[in-house]
Amino acid sequence: MKKARIFALIMCLVLALGSFTACGETEAQSVSTDGSTSMEKVMGYFMEAFMEENENITVTYNPTGSGSGIQAVIDGICDIGLASRNLKDEELETCDQTVVAIDGIAVIVNTSNTVSDLTIAQIASIFTGEITNWSEVGGEDLPIVCIGREASSGTRDGFESITGTADACVYSQELTSTGDVVSAVSSNPNAIGYVSLASVNDTVSAISVEGVFPTSATVLDGSYAIQRNFIFVTKKDTALSDAAQAFYDFCTSSAVNEYVEAAGCVPVN
Amino acid sequence: MDKVKKTAHLIDRIMNAIFIICGFLAVALVVVITVYLVVSGIPAIKEIGVFKFLFGTVWKSTGENPSYGILPFILTSVFGTFGAMLIGFPLGLLCAVCIAKMSGKRFSGIMRSIVDLMSEIPSVVFGLVGMIYVVPAVREMFNLPDGANLFSAIVVLIIMILPSVISMSETAIRAVPKEYEEASLALGANKTETIFNVTIPAAKSGILASLVMGTGRAIGETTAVMMVAGNVANMPGLFKSVRFLTTAIVSEMAYSSGLQRQALFSIALVLFVFIMIVNLILNLVVKRKKDK
Repeated sequence: MKKARIFALIMCLVLALGSFTACGETEAQSVSTDGSTSMEKVMGYFMEAFMEENENITVTYNPTGSGSGIQAVIDGICDIGLASRNLKDEELETCDQTVVAIDGIAVIVNTSNTVSDLTIAQIASIFTGEITNWSEVGGEDLPIVCIGREASSGTRDGFESITGTADACVYSQELTSTGDVVSAVSSNPNAIGYVSLASVNDTVSAISVEGVFPTSATVLDGSYAIQRNFIFVTKKDTALSDAAQAFYDFCTSSAVNEYVEAAGCVPVN
Repeated sequence: MDKVKKTAHLIDRIMNAIFIICGFLAVALVVVITVYLVVSGIPAIKEIGVFKFLFGTVWKSTGENPSYGILPFILTSVFGTFGAMLIGFPLGLLCAVCIAKMSGKRFSGIMRSIVDLMSEIPSVVFGLVGMIYVVPAVREMFNLPDGANLFSAIVVLIIMILPSVISMSETAIRAVPKEYEEASLALGANKTETIFNVTIPAAKSGILASLVMGTGRAIGETTAVMMVAGNVANMPGLFKSVRFLTTAIVSEMAYSSGLQRQALFSIALVLFVFIMIVNLILNLVVKRKKDK
């Protein structure tokens, strides 16, 4: 009897608490973003800088991939979608895109590899399986193992469209994250792969393309050839919430240039 | 007194309702998932054509002329699971015999807790270990350009199914009445003969259940396999980079759109049906053995 009463009391309290939090949510504003995993670093800087200036607005970032991000915008699940590739025609029917930064894609090899420079044509031949031995491009007599990303990755799309190898690449491995590509290349002396410039670390060697080594500076001045756009996706004919609009304006202003650069990308504004 | 009884009765009824709701919730979830899979999986199969989808050998979901044939994935899943069970099941069974019958109390206690610990390791850890140790080892051992292939995936799968095979088989072996073995020993059979001719046949249904469990785990495993199999949509070969049904869904889901996305749901439906069929067959086998 007493227990039941206490139980009822607790239930009431829980319900009351529930209504409190519901009120809280409507007062503090939030902006949800969803999409490209490649944009994680850039978004990290954007969110931190923006939330420092606007304490009552919370920005969330859900790294699901470009396709999911665009779908989330179309479904109205998030405010701003993030994509590391330009929108396709069918997506442009319902969405608008705004470029917020440019990313360089670095071609990486194992640290034991002596090859340090390749042309775009050589890279294309390697990835399409025409060149199968490192000795053909000035390296040791070892077979070449191409490591790429899964079919609908923004990085793969960017890499293949720039090198003109779309749908023609012959991979040994198709991995689902940038980190996996780095660790696969670092553990195989025969490997070659591609990742976002910002993700290159000491365990692998980036090689120069057409004589230009990938750095923020060479991507910035456009001399490094393999680069792609990072875009914000918004729904056509649908106004953003005040908070989302504020975040959108912030990220497309020149105020974020230093953060874009800090993330290893190129600012566009 | 009457009042107390009434309250007790009331609480009883409330709890009863809660139990029923919980039960329904579980059933409803399964039904919702099944219906969702069927509803979202059918359209792409219809559009592509059942035969082309199930028996097509080329998967090129993002190509200019996309091609959606999942036979490579189906065969890879079949071969991968079969290969893992072929080696993993006998290995697990013998290990279970060792723990249950052949070793001292303290040793088997330690073994059992290690096996339990192994079953609690998240699959991504197996994948990582596979990626860092198994893949390079396979590359060097067989002198291949790259070690991410079906063989590596089978090796990792064997390790992953061992705990479920071992612990279920061991429980089944332990449940065999002592009198059976004592009778066999009294008739002059030695320990090995007793184990193979008396204990294991008597524990058959439990051991077969462990086969079902292991097979289920091997078919459904995704994360670890994705990190070691290479994930290229080739027709399977032992030293070729391959893609399983599970990894085919996961690896493209994040960035997919349009028909490609629908086709991924169709793969999920195929996988679902696949697992149901395997379970059904194995359950039938287990039941028939039991009835005998």
